[in-house]
Amino acid sequence: MGEPKLNLSPKVSDDVRQTTCYMCACRCGINVHLKDGKVAYIDGNRDHPVNRGVLCAKGSAGIMQHNSPARLRAPLKRVGERGEGKFEEISWQEAYDIAASWLAPLREQAPEKLAFFTGRDQSQSFTSYWAQMFGTPNYAAHGGFCSVNMAAAGIYTLGGAFWEFGQPDWDHTKLFMLFGVAEDHDSNPIKMGIGQLKDRGAKVIGVNPIRTGYNAVADEWVGITPGTDGLFILSLIHCLLKTGQIDLAYLRDFTDAPVLLNNDPESPEYGLFLRDEHGKMLVWDRAQNAPRPFDAPDVSPDLTGTWDVDEVTHHTVFHALVHKYMDADYAPEAVADRVGLSAARIRALAAEIARVAFEEAFELPITWTDFRGRTHDKMQGRPVSFHAMRGISAHANGFQTCRALHVLQMLLGSVEVPGGFRFKPPYPKPATAHPKPHCKITPGAPLDGPHLGFVHGPEDLCLREDGSPARIDKAFTWENPMSAHGLMHMVISNAHAGDPYKIDTLFLYMANMSWNSSMDPGGVMDKLTDRDDTGAYVIPHIIYSDAYSSEMVAYADLVLPDTTYLERHDCISLLDRPICEADAAADAIRWPVVAPDRNVKGFQTALIELGAKLKLPGFVDDAGAALYEDYADYMVHHQRRPGVGPLMGWRGENGDSQGRGDVNENQLARYIENGGFSIAHIPEEARYYKPWNRAYQDWAVEIGLYDAPTPYVFHFWCEPLRKFQRAAEGQEERQPPAHLRDQIKNVMDPLPIWYPTSEASEAFTVHALTQRPMAMYHSWGSQNAWLRQIHGINPLYVPTKLWHAHGFTEGDWARVTSANGDIVVPVAHMAALNEHTVWTWNAIGKRKGAWALDETAPEATKGFLLNHLIHELHPPKDDGLRWSNSDPITGQAAWFDLKVKIERVAPQEIALPVFTPQQAPVDPGPERLAWTVGASK
Amino acid sequence: MTDLPKISDKKLGLVIDLDTCVGCHACVISCKGWNTENYGAPLSDMDAYGLAEGTFLNRVHSYEREPEHGAAQLIHFPKSCLHCEDAPCVTVCPTGASYKRAEDGIVLVNEDACMGCGLCAWACPYGARELDPAAGVMKKCTLCVDRIYNENLPEEDREPACVRTCPAGARHFGDLGDETSAVSQLVADRGGLELMPEQGTKPVNRYLPPRPKTETTAVDVLAPFLEVKHAEPEGLLGWVDRMLEKI
Amino acid sequence: MHPAPSVILFTVFSGLGFGLLAYLGVGLPDVSGFVAFGYFAIAFALAVGGLLAATFHLANPKNAIKAFSQWRSSWLSREGVAAILALTAMGTYAAGIIFLEIRIVALGWLGAVLSLITVFTTAMIYTQLRSIPRWNQVATPFHFLSLSLAGGALLAGQMEIAGPLLLLAAAVQLWAWSKGDKRFAEAGSTLETATGLPGATRQFEPPHTGQNYLLKEMVHVVGRKHALKLRMIAFFTAFAVPYVLTLLPTSYVTAIAAVLLHTGGVIVSRWLFFAQAEHVVGLYYGKHLIPSQAA
Repeated sequence: MGEPKLNLSPKVSDDVRQTTCYMCACRCGINVHLKDGKVAYIDGNRDHPVNRGVLCAKGSAGIMQHNSPARLRAPLKRVGERGEGKFEEISWQEAYDIAASWLAPLREQAPEKLAFFTGRDQSQSFTSYWAQMFGTPNYAAHGGFCSVNMAAAGIYTLGGAFWEFGQPDWDHTKLFMLFGVAEDHDSNPIKMGIGQLKDRGAKVIGVNPIRTGYNAVADEWVGITPGTDGLFILSLIHCLLKTGQIDLAYLRDFTDAPVLLNNDPESPEYGLFLRDEHGKMLVWDRAQNAPRPFDAPDVSPDLTGTWDVDEVTHHTVFHALVHKYMDADYAPEAVADRVGLSAARIRALAAEIARVAFEEAFELPITWTDFRGRTHDKMQGRPVSFHAMRGISAHANGFQTCRALHVLQMLLGSVEVPGGFRFKPPYPKPATAHPKPHCKITPGAPLDGPHLGFVHGPEDLCLREDGSPARIDKAFTWENPMSAHGLMHMVISNAHAGDPYKIDTLFLYMANMSWNSSMDPGGVMDKLTDRDDTGAYVIPHIIYSDAYSSEMVAYADLVLPDTTYLERHDCISLLDRPICEADAAADAIRWPVVAPDRNVKGFQTALIELGAKLKLPGFVDDAGAALYEDYADYMVHHQRRPGVGPLMGWRGENGDSQGRGDVNENQLARYIENGGFSIAHIPEEARYYKPWNRAYQDWAVEIGLYDAPTPYVFHFWCEPLRKFQRAAEGQEERQPPAHLRDQIKNVMDPLPIWYPTSEASEAFTVHALTQRPMAMYHSWGSQNAWLRQIHGINPLYVPTKLWHAHGFTEGDWARVTSANGDIVVPVAHMAALNEHTVWTWNAIGKRKGAWALDETAPEATKGFLLNHLIHELHPPKDDGLRWSNSDPITGQAAWFDLKVKIERVAPQEIALPVFTPQQAPVDPGPERLAWTVGASK
Repeated sequence: MTDLPKISDKKLGLVIDLDTCVGCHACVISCKGWNTENYGAPLSDMDAYGLAEGTFLNRVHSYEREPEHGAAQLIHFPKSCLHCEDAPCVTVCPTGASYKRAEDGIVLVNEDACMGCGLCAWACPYGARELDPAAGVMKKCTLCVDRIYNENLPEEDREPACVRTCPAGARHFGDLGDETSAVSQLVADRGGLELMPEQGTKPVNRYLPPRPKTETTAVDVLAPFLEVKHAEPEGLLGWVDRMLEKI
Repeated sequence: MHPAPSVILFTVFSGLGFGLLAYLGVGLPDVSGFVAFGYFAIAFALAVGGLLAATFHLANPKNAIKAFSQWRSSWLSREGVAAILALTAMGTYAAGIIFLEIRIVALGWLGAVLSLITVFTTAMIYTQLRSIPRWNQVATPFHFLSLSLAGGALLAGQMEIAGPLLLLAAAVQLWAWSKGDKRFAEAGSTLETATGLPGATRQFEPPHTGQNYLLKEMVHVVGRKHALKLRMIAFFTAFAVPYVLTLLPTSYVTAIAAVLLHTGGVIVSRWLFFAQAEHVVGLYYGKHLIPSQAA
């Protein structure tokens, strides 16, 4: 018998449709292979700027997501009690009628009584526009518990953030230091980048209490104690200053280091920049020996010295920072115990960073002209790059920690230079070029501007005339002045408490607030189902939109079923969070590569239809007729500014302009033709030094990122912080309430500081963290028959020292207790872990009845959430107050500050707490899968 | 047929870089997707939304090691069929279903001849074979034999699904019988390893070991960068003042 | 290894059946007519029943017929071929005795040899597997053959032969156990060789938290104390007590008791044969760590 004859060239598909992945927030390009009109196989699009052909586990498992049994099938009206999960299917017409019957009166009388918050929304420029047209100030997405520390710290400091908004110069960096991770953002680009660094033999240092994933492959692991990254970074800065390893030319030319600061404590302007009559920051010109505007073409700024200007003493920002960070408080010996690293290692790491930055420096022979009009014949490279994500973001000191990291980068001169950290368009863009928050309500009319933005002083806070918060989430108030992403995690508890006011309708999109997307989910469930004295629900109406039968669905009165990602239109827009690369602007679409087989609509289309029904401006014309048929129509025809719409590609009648141009009726067809994306490459001379590079600024204006060149310098000194401090000192017109003054004075230091994230507690000494597995995205992965087999159970990983101290053995369970309660969970041993830290995979635990899972599913028996241990408020302190468990600057939920104690318990069958099963609005999944769609099989 | 073929020069296989694999499981799922839809019976999942037991041809393990000096390490370890030269899974097969292709060394199961006895899976020391409970036949990595020669795919896509999808580039495909091939070069340069050589299977796939980890200490090369030049702020400011004259 | 009842019963019964056939082939006991029919019926029932039981282990039995094709390389195929040849030879031989009252001595001897070869091929299916070091040792075929010969003698009522053979089988059993207990270490596979990672100490997490074929089929863990108890039960019921029974005056009661006890004991022994066999793949799942690694 010979070898069997094989068909080595089977037909792969009848058709390949290219769209954008939505299995996480990375937004890779995918090829969806169809057979007989059904999805047969998904792989990565080789031409796509984000993933260049590769695709992660989630993306490759898209077929199981698209066919998930948990998909909602039709609009639902609640017929049982809230939380039970009893629904009846209704028509879309009835769904819109119900929604309009609640919303239309609100809009006419009190638009703020609608709170509209979106979770993993990739269309925030659209959803926020809808909310703005509705007129409610109560809109935000989920950034407040996700990333706002990163975003705000980055934008106030550099005009751009880590996360997916920038990337190391993978081609040139020789030392890459990664702090914390978020596996669901820029995940494939980071993996590709690390692979590239490994190929080149560049060094990767991971700073993370847990050595998994990127930290596992890092050449060096710095297993820092959680919440102390800022202290570690400031100590590195201390070392660099003491050894004189800083980039003076960079500091002088591209940062506010030479800007003059009022140094007279008696002056009302103390701590503010010296500005000219146009508001321009002034520097001391060494040649002219006088203060001059920082951007004067021939200016020669000094970095040191003290000058009296108009009889008030001034010194440079650099002077202030040198004095601050050379203090012995930041010496490695002073911080070593707290960060969990030896002083010698901190010094050595600082030296290694400096060595690579300065000894391995290089130049690119590219001529460029800076914003002062000076032409340089080369680009100075600094091959040291940093990146950071959620690990340092979700701490109560995350804002200042992230700023500290930016200070470190600036001192090394490694941002926006070859080999350093680079921004992706539309960044860099200074905080001042972003909108300020808006909250002025006019019943029956739109809000006065975009909800979210960047405050520059107390005058920009969202406060009502009586000083009370204007927003239901209390964003942009004294409690968290720079809450640029809003505070979605506070909405339900504030709405329940009627603090600052009661609302009528809570409208949520794709946010599993009654489960893994909340702190203290049990408390949230109680608040969602609580009734007042009359027997009515305290939160009267809840509308929820989701594609899947998540835990949150059961708490809605009205459910708007969304489509899967392969059935919808979307735009990944430059107005929002595009898919740009450091060398290119790029945006993308999703389009229905298959039609839904259920009575569902893309949420954005539903919102357009609802908007038209409510006759919202921007959604109907003067005659009251709908402006857009659906979201696809909006994507093509909406213009935010003349010539600038959601999509940058193929604009203009003939589709020949990019960035700016008239509406092109064929725009979506052109996107589809091109694989679902459009890309505009940055000219070579504009690729680095973007904030100061004339060629880049001109290019950015040309493609519509801004309307005029907006060069600026990076800020060591965050003047808005100083303004809040001044208010707390009794200076500004608007002043904080007495109980917040000390907090504001202490934490809103214009130069980054470090402070402990929680009170030292004898009871709770162990840090407890979560990480997102690379193969899972939020709670979504568990409905995916392939992915859930990888992570169906999440043990609590315990470091060796605690493992032995508690006498754990394999198969043991533990009771884990925090100030907010306890959970009982399986444990496992891990050696490559900070010795004061336990951790688990995030969002694996599921409530019985949700996600179309069987009740025997391990996610619902052994899976668990740490969320039950975390509360949005700290327990009462000595002052009797329950302070917010968040960053006092941005309001970022501080869920990585969790401290616990653990005790060994006998092995259990089920993790605690257990909640009653929910009824599912969908049928259970099939018993067995043997998935194949091709007719050949 | 279950006799091993005369050794051909061509030994197609994978080289997996343990220094680069971040453990993302992309290869696992991409493999599941391709091989569910293509070669032979689909890879089934029993009790798919309950306890779930699926067939996978590639799984990513993870191990810790604690060196004598330095911190504990974690290594992600993808594992699939190694397409052994002396493949015991082939010679034990009673029906001739299990075979090694003469022309390129790929070990395959002819599902039309497999009776599902499982002996080949017993014979494999690596756990590379899984009996699919729905189809009742033995499944294993095919090295994407229906991709690598597939004329319906663009040339650049004619590689195993796991290799094409690997985001970190930790998986390499090629002819390990050809000393000049890129994969053979990698093996030579990085000291590529065989798994369980004591089993005598002569696996074709190779694993590139993790590069040595470091823990930065004050070595000589760093001396100039460790030297405190400015004990006090004024010293640094003075130095900066002087330096600014020069730049 | 997963101690699947089908495979345990197959190996135990076919071993006994072919053992009995071997005795019948050489005329022990020298029976004819109706008595011969009874003996041969029992032998064939055990041998064929065992083979049939084995087919329950097949996930796709429709291709079972192909199992005879690969005798050049596969011990499982050789077993099938040997079994068919043995059964054919012995069937013909038995038919001659029962129906024609002709004893073709040479055919009987051939059938006996083929029966023992069948038992040997069965043993070699396990012995050949380097991936399961406990089985991959010289004692394994001796173990199967000695059990077959001892059990066959008991079934054939050859108490005077059975006694010494039980002692021999008991000795081989002890040899197989003691050698088997060392085989994993001798074979040299460790987590380090399995991964090529010096100093690898433990599995961090399994590749999938879900169950899989490999774990169910090949990663079976028996408690050390539990195993020791079962070994003692197996040893006494399979060998010690039947041996004592062979020393007693021959009676149907003692003969039947000896056969039943022996069979029960061999089933326990065979359960242990599987359950205690550690497949090296377990290393990949963090099992079978040598004590220094598990610390």
